[in-house]
Amino acid sequence: MPDVTQDAPSTAMTRNGVVIDDTFAEAFPMSGTAIQVTADSEKWAMEAARSFTGFATSVIACGCEAGIDRVVPANETRDGRPGVRILLFSMDKDGLAKQLGTRLGQCILTSPSSACYADFDSETQIDLGSAIRYFADGWQISKKFAGRHFWRMPVMEGEFLCEATTGMTGDGVGGGNLLFMARTGAQALSAAEAALEAMREVPGAIMPFPGGIVRSGSKVGGKYKGMMASTNDAYCPTLKGVTQSALTPEIGSVLEIVIDGLSKEAVADAMRAGLKAAVDLGPDKGAVRIGAGNYGGNLGPHHFHLKELAP
Amino acid sequence: MSGLTFRKRAEPDQRIDLSALIPSRLAGLTTTQIASLPIGTTRWLVTVGDLFDVSGDDPAQLRFEGGSHRFDRIGEGLDGGEIHVEGDAGWRAGRVMSGGRLTVTGSAGGFAGSAMSGGELRIEGDAGDFLGGPLAGEMAGMSGGTIRVGGGAGERAADRMRRGTIVVAGALGADAASRMIAGTLIAGGRAAGVPGRMMKRGTLILPGGVERLSPTFLDNGPADLLILKLMARDIAAGPAGPVPFDGAPMRRFGGDTAVLGMGEIFLPL
Repeated sequence: MPDVTQDAPSTAMTRNGVVIDDTFAEAFPMSGTAIQVTADSEKWAMEAARSFTGFATSVIACGCEAGIDRVVPANETRDGRPGVRILLFSMDKDGLAKQLGTRLGQCILTSPSSACYADFDSETQIDLGSAIRYFADGWQISKKFAGRHFWRMPVMEGEFLCEATTGMTGDGVGGGNLLFMARTGAQALSAAEAALEAMREVPGAIMPFPGGIVRSGSKVGGKYKGMMASTNDAYCPTLKGVTQSALTPEIGSVLEIVIDGLSKEAVADAMRAGLKAAVDLGPDKGAVRIGAGNYGGNLGPHHFHLKELAP
Repeated sequence: MSGLTFRKRAEPDQRIDLSALIPSRLAGLTTTQIASLPIGTTRWLVTVGDLFDVSGDDPAQLRFEGGSHRFDRIGEGLDGGEIHVEGDAGWRAGRVMSGGRLTVTGSAGGFAGSAMSGGELRIEGDAGDFLGGPLAGEMAGMSGGTIRVGGGAGERAADRMRRGTIVVAGALGADAASRMIAGTLIAGGRAAGVPGRMMKRGTLILPGGVERLSPTFLDNGPADLLILKLMARDIAAGPAGPVPFDGAPMRRFGGDTAVLGMGEIFLPL
């Protein structure tokens, strides 16, 4: 999470009255994958997806970060039913595989009428249905046809169909971010919501926090022993004057959007879309200033400079 | 470059072994060398040049203009490239092929696609007995790839089949999928005899019905399964071509409980 402690840089640019800091988001490599869940209706596909992506906001405590990439219309899904594309990220392949299997077994297998398919092409594969097939207690059926491998598992409702494996990438990127600084909480939320709506149109990227927005951005570590992360006091408006604040006096509230993507380009595209939407909204309805979190550039290899992404 | 073409001069007076004429074995040979390859099966020597006019220079694409039920082992061991037979093929067409595409516009004899592990075999006419099956003494039949038969198939198609997909547009001879280990056999016509006898796993989709079922198959009732819809769509879109079912609910029978009992036969409701 961001650990920005510097004041707004003097080289900041202004677009449509919104100040864009001369800074960058510092992001990290992650292992990522994509799956497609379908169901008899979009409602139940979404229920399965929401359950799967629950408690997956940050690898700090959740073990993974996950989100819904997009709703997939029935004519584009593997089985001709309504579907949802889900992205899942973790710090390494093993962690990703573990989270994928656990969440698949508890949240998609259990959801009425669901089926699950691979949705990322890659030579590197991790277990999908293969990870949970033993739930069928010996009644699982392997089917290979048309170049794909499926597991069929008898369940009380009928049969759960799941592709055996899905592709993964080690070139995923986690931790892209934007900070929306506004006069009031309502304006900060308006800016973040506008940005989020635009970012959701970008394929291959997710915003894993609740509704895509996080209000409690964190810094690394804390004063108490064992704390991996603690509140980002430099961006807390109630601490202006008592801490080394990054906020100018008119800032009354800050919200953040964190972005994970299957590629660096996806994260950059999402940030670009979000920046433009928030700038278009303007400072009266939204943010007066937009920044990004970083750790000084020494920890994460991916640096997304706002001046290169600004509209 | 144009594909190598073998134009039949006359009907052979003995059975012919054409297993030498596959792309990987012809690569690097001149037309003269190819014409001198022995293909007879008796003590009277017959060479390629005795039976065919050979033309073209691309061994990755072979074309037989004129087939014969005496042309055995066409495409045997095919591992890449393409062979097109204009007419009939004899026994063992496409046996143990692992890649590439073999097309027979006529009918093929027994053991077509026997123990194949990959590639595409297309027979536009009828297929003989033991389609995709093993030879005597072999542990498994077809273990991968796709077979499409435009007509019907002889007895015991998919015998000891382990993996892959066979689609037969017409009827099946007696006792199809005998001793099936796994894989998928689909037929549009009626299946004669007792299909699936001693099958361990695998799927038979028989919308044309069966002559009779072994009593060791148990009625699981109507099944509205996603896998049927997916197979109907994906198999039809692949090299196996159109399939005689559309993914609508079918009656499922599980068996053969005389052995493992993990196989299934889908019949019309």
